Amino acid sequence: MTQLPDGRYVDDAPYDPQQSIQQLERRDLDAPNWLLVWRKFRTHKLGLISGIFLLLSYLLLPFMGFIAPYSPNFRNADHLYAPPQAVRWVHEGEFLGPFIYPITAEADLETFQWTFVPDTENPQRIRFLCEGDSYKLAGLIESDTHLFCAPEGATLFLWGSDRLGRDVFSRILYGAQLSLTVGLIGISVSFVLGIFFGSLAGYLGGKTDWVINRVIEILRSLPELPLWLALSAAVPSNWSPVAVFFIISVILGILDWPGLARSVRAKFLSLREEEYVRAAEMMGAGKGRVIRKHLLPNFMSHLIASATLSIPAMILGETALSFLGLGLRAPAVSWGVMLNDAQNLASIELYPWTAIPMLPIVVVVLAFNFLGDGLRDSLDPYS
Amino acid sequence: MAILRYAFYRFGTMLMTLLVVSVLVFAIINLPPGDYLSNQIAELKASGQSAGVAKAEFLRKEYALDRPIWEQYMIWMGFMPGPHGFSGLIQGNFGWSFEFDRPVSEIVGDSLWLTVLVNMAAIVFVYATALPLGVIAAAKARTWADYTSAFVGYLGLATPNFLLALILYYYGRKYLDIPIGGLMDPAFEGQPMSWAKIQSVLVHLIVPTIVIGTAGASAMMQRLRANMLDELGKPYVETAIAKGMAPSRMLAKYPLRVAFNPFVADIGNLLPSMVSGSVLVSVVMGLQTIGPTLLTALKSQDMFLSGFVLMFVALLTLIGTMISDILLVMLDPRIRYEGRDA
Repeated sequence: MTQLPDGRYVDDAPYDPQQSIQQLERRDLDAPNWLLVWRKFRTHKLGLISGIFLLLSYLLLPFMGFIAPYSPNFRNADHLYAPPQAVRWVHEGEFLGPFIYPITAEADLETFQWTFVPDTENPQRIRFLCEGDSYKLAGLIESDTHLFCAPEGATLFLWGSDRLGRDVFSRILYGAQLSLTVGLIGISVSFVLGIFFGSLAGYLGGKTDWVINRVIEILRSLPELPLWLALSAAVPSNWSPVAVFFIISVILGILDWPGLARSVRAKFLSLREEEYVRAAEMMGAGKGRVIRKHLLPNFMSHLIASATLSIPAMILGETALSFLGLGLRAPAVSWGVMLNDAQNLASIELYPWTAIPMLPIVVVVLAFNFLGDGLRDSLDPYS
Repeated sequence: MAILRYAFYRFGTMLMTLLVVSVLVFAIINLPPGDYLSNQIAELKASGQSAGVAKAEFLRKEYALDRPIWEQYMIWMGFMPGPHGFSGLIQGNFGWSFEFDRPVSEIVGDSLWLTVLVNMAAIVFVYATALPLGVIAAAKARTWADYTSAFVGYLGLATPNFLLALILYYYGRKYLDIPIGGLMDPAFEGQPMSWAKIQSVLVHLIVPTIVIGTAGASAMMQRLRANMLDELGKPYVETAIAKGMAPSRMLAKYPLRVAFNPFVADIGNLLPSMVSGSVLVSVVMGLQTIGPTLLTALKSQDMFLSGFVLMFVALLTLIGTMISDILLVMLDPRIRYEGRDA
């Protein structure tokens, strides 16, 4: 302790101005925004699990051919409507590793159905990393190695087979490629249109605003599905499946943007008056630059959250269209196309496994909803 | 009488919107290359039936399909005299269905009222389930009641409704003896209204109503819960509890009324999606609404029929939205009369 000439006492110990800041405060003061968002998002367990699940699903899409034991349109004519085969581990008290009992079809002449009898005497091991139908890895590399395949001379229908004897499990994996990307393409289209028109309306105001607003109101007041139907009915039937797929996703996107544009516009209206916008304008920034560099980054994260919440609607939309026969058509494989087979009560009653594609639909849609909710809750880290 | 003025104003904007929608609809039904008749003519020529060709050519003239597209539109709407003078949608002539070879009005007939009926029933269902469930979920937030209703709600949002239809039919038939498909017993079709017919329609309505309403009900329930939670945190709620009000009475008297506004306003979003849903569900469930008609018309390029159905569906949603807007103004005097923006 030293006494200064004016009589005050000063502590001799070196002073660290950082010390008075609390640990938590400092950590959060230095952290960039995304880190704060991530920290908050991490506590949202359901959203986190959904996010990881979706990320994995999308990352696996290019490798579906490797995981699926069969190719999507491979027909096993001896096994039409075969029920799901259980994978077993223990045969008569002896551990064999994963195996199945081969099934053989027998015609039931009373009900005119195929009945499938498992041969429980003859367990067959599932093969791993084996040769099978050839496919293209990520659409580029030709390969015929599969993660697992059916034993020689037997079948492996994990989730049964359909009307034409095609493996439902493999088809679901391949179907994911189209069903999951439809949402992404659609949302990109809707994102671009929504941001473009929303920011124009919000930033320019006046007549532009009025016109865009009326268009938004009109599009929003129309029921989507009949419009989807009408637009997809206009797709020429001689187009290739890939072209149809693209045009369907674009149609889904074109009818989705008004909601997004509305929220963009509302944000712009409130942000337009902020000082930093005026400052940017004073410094001579053009309209495009103010919109892109100063306004959009402010609520990009909100837009992403709301986009996440509208992807499920697109996935369901594609399913509905394909289900009604106006969306994707065979030989393209999507979950909606597969459900086309499960359209009537008879098939639900007799072959319930043909309705299995609804499981991935429900799971994916739920996951997107949880992820979107989690993102929305954690985007405002300071609250 | 400000409310009447507002109603008039709202009606005016609805008509304007309908006009734009009609242009849109006409453009959409003309999108596919060719039209029903030219396809038919090509087909008949290929198979060498010249008599049919003459008839189709006659129909083409009769329905002005040989004129430029904008004239076709004006004639279709009734703004311009066609081959038989003014006779379009606004004069009550809905056009001719080439596929069924009958006037459109004859084909849609009863199904218009059934469509309205199904959608009304679904709206009633949405409000009747979402209101109590949303309030309970908010009042008992973070308890099993909340989590259960949230889970059911999410599931309702995520299940494609045509699958819900099949599942409900299957189990409804198995355990409750609910009839499958259709909106009435086939015996009553085309019969005059009678008590037995009404009963039959009501029983057949159960499953479609649930299926069409579920997604809307879960969305609405979640929104009501969020609104209620916002309100429940406010000081006036605490005051009410402090002065010893019974919780249920307090809920109904204060926060619910404030949280109720978005609930009514929401019908504008709810209606289009429900009408959409009902079209899809009707196809799967074989309801005699205009859904299946629309699908066949679209598939066969029967343009006047599909155009009329699209217009009708749009009209239905626009009227619903208008009613909800007017209701909203009556409920909440704070809302400005000159149209809501944002």
